[in-house]
This record gives sequence, structure tokens and C-alpha cells, in this order.
Amino acid sequence: MIVLKQGQYQEIVDYARKFAPIEACGLLGGRVTGDDKIVEKVYFLTNIDNSPEHFSMDAKEQFAAVKDMRQNCWTLLGNYHSHPASPSRPSEEDKRLAFDPAASYLILSLLDTVPVLKGFKIAQGTVSEEKIKII
Amino acid sequence: MKITVNGKQRILEKAIAIDELLIVEQAEMPEYVTVQVNDELIDHENFTTTLIKDGDTVEFLYFMGGGQQ
Repeated sequence: MIVLKQGQYQEIVDYARKFAPIEACGLLGGRVTGDDKIVEKVYFLTNIDNSPEHFSMDAKEQFAAVKDMRQNCWTLLGNYHSHPASPSRPSEEDKRLAFDPAASYLILSLLDTVPVLKGFKIAQGTVSEEKIKII
Repeated sequence: MKITVNGKQRILEKAIAIDELLIVEQAEMPEYVTVQVNDELIDHENFTTTLIKDGDTVEFLYFMGGGQQ
């Protein structure tokens, strides 16, 4: 289970809305406690594709975020991106480009008035939903 | 020689190219790996020619991307 604070969830929503219709993206750093992934920090990265249909994270920002996590003794829990005009589910491209089976892949849909955030694990193209708890 | 890979110290017998290091580190699908050596991004086309030397700091991570379609 992914555990997000209400404020962190709101930050992701605000960031995605700010860039819509461009897809927004970022990383999640934190701790693993038992089966829970506790998010300690949300990292906001640049979508260098600057596209409403694709995203690629800025590599330099990725490195900077991972180094920051290491300095704080956190681990890379996963990433998130927005689907400004489609449901919260991994696209074929999301599945094809998901290289880390241990990572959590969060997708925020802005399709409806109320945003929908879902978490997924993706291993060799097979998707399973991962519960998100917002506290 | 001593190098640092993703924050962990590694000992190598001799200087090796980035593509060889990725094999040593068991990086899957190296075509989707991005590499930084001493804070400098290395182009994929230079993976076979860029040698990792004593004292170098190497970071590598997987490309992260996707899309809604």
C-alpha cells in the first residue's frame, strides 16, 4: 500500500492541473515499512516531451531527486504522472516503459471534475492495482 | 581501482567502459538506462567509448516515461 499525506496528494493534483493539458510527472521518495510505502517527499519533474499524450522525465532532475533521496536515507518508491483527458489506468505505452517491477506507478486522471489517483505495479506488462491510502 | 556506483563503492580491476559496467551491475535493458559520470550526462552513443576511471562517481537510472495513449 502507498501511504500519501493529504497535502502531498493535493500537491500532485495542483501540479497536474497547473500543466494540463500537458502531462505532469514526478517521483515519490520515502520509506518502506512492512507492506507500506510511506511517501516522505513528492518530487516535481519536468515533462521534457511537453505533450498532452506523452511524458519523459528530465534525466538531470531524476538524478537530482534520487541523490536527494539517498541523502535523506529514503528510497525511490515510484513515480506518478497525469492523464489529463483519459482514465487512471496504464496505457500500452505506460506498460511498455515500466522497467521496475518493484516500483509503484501512480496515475492521476483529470478526466472528470474530481481527480482520480490510482496506484499500479507493472511487471513484464502485467498490471495489478496497488492501494493508495491518503492520511 | 575504486569507483562509486549509485552511492555504493565498487572495486574494479581495471578501467572499463560504461556498457561493460552496466553488464557488471546487471542493468537490464541498458538501452533504456541513463548514465551520469561525475555529474555529467553521457550520451548513449558514447557508452562503449567512455571509460570509467579510478575515483569516478557513476549514477545510472532507468528512463521514465509513458503516455495516455
